[in-house]
Amino acid sequence: MISGLSNRALARKARCLLLMLAFWLPLTAQAAIDAFEFRDDATRERFADLTAELRCPKCQNQNIADSNSPIASDLRHEIYRMLQDGATDDEIVDFMVARYGEFVLYRPRLDNQTLLLWYGPFGLLLIGAIVVLVLTRKRRDAGDDPAHPEHHLSEAEQRRLDQLLKQDEK
Amino acid sequence: MMRRLILFFPLLVFFGLGIFLWRGLQLDPTELPSALIGKPMPAFQLSSLYDENQTLTENDLRGTPALLNVWATWCPTCKQEHDQLNKIAREEGVTIYGINYKDDRAKANDWLQRYQDPYARNIFDPKGTLGLDLGVYGAPETYVLDKDGIIRYRHVGEVNEKVWQQLREVMQQLDGGAS
Repeated sequence: MISGLSNRALARKARCLLLMLAFWLPLTAQAAIDAFEFRDDATRERFADLTAELRCPKCQNQNIADSNSPIASDLRHEIYRMLQDGATDDEIVDFMVARYGEFVLYRPRLDNQTLLLWYGPFGLLLIGAIVVLVLTRKRRDAGDDPAHPEHHLSEAEQRRLDQLLKQDEK
Repeated sequence: MMRRLILFFPLLVFFGLGIFLWRGLQLDPTELPSALIGKPMPAFQLSSLYDENQTLTENDLRGTPALLNVWATWCPTCKQEHDQLNKIAREEGVTIYGINYKDDRAKANDWLQRYQDPYARNIFDPKGTLGLDLGVYGAPETYVLDKDGIIRYRHVGEVNEKVWQQLREVMQQLDGGAS
């Protein structure tokens, strides 16, 4: 016979187990993908950053961390090897660019060719701001201010308006 | 009058953008320019596919303008283009070098015996180290080398008659520049 108390204790135990499982499962998934042994956590993080930043040349909408293609796997191993040999991040990125071109960079470098790409949006914003500014200036100068529509009534119109308002009050 | 013309400005911008984006649709995003165009063949030291005791280096690819073809027996498109390569080597007398990329030596030699061998030299690259230095991202790839071993052109994918016409044009320009 199971009493109410032990039932509750059982439920608590089950919940505890589930929680443990929830923390443990993602760890095993990670282990299945990555078989690399790193010197320390800093190197592991650099590896994660580099493979996330570099684009797979074969499957173009994935970075080399996510891609399953053989070339991405080769590049992961190459990056791992260079990290273990003590290469800097810049050296590794230069190595990849020298072979696969600027294409592999998800964040293009700032140079003459990419100047428009980096600063173009700000330029467009500036142009937009200037256009808005000029248009509002013009409207205000023309007395065409939408906030004060009474300004563009002629003298006769104004007199008629006052007359109508007065009639209403009666 | 001036104000009227200004009203057409957005239409002009629309057409400009339209033409720009429409042109973008015609481009093939999978075709990447090689980072090595105009650069010499990367240095390597690998064995010949035919004889594991014979070592080949980048110097063995100099002397005459040539095609350098990256191939493997596991690559279906390589099989498709093989007849075309045979034709180029035999009928047009073009020197073709091969890089046997991440393949098995025995399988590759069998393959060449069965389907004929268009290659003047074949570099055995089982780990893909030379492929990595060349920026190979998928076989088949075909490069045009000039007589000094400088990389002049790269084509990714099958070499068919149409692509061969392009490659020939590049090679003819090299010849013209040399003499």
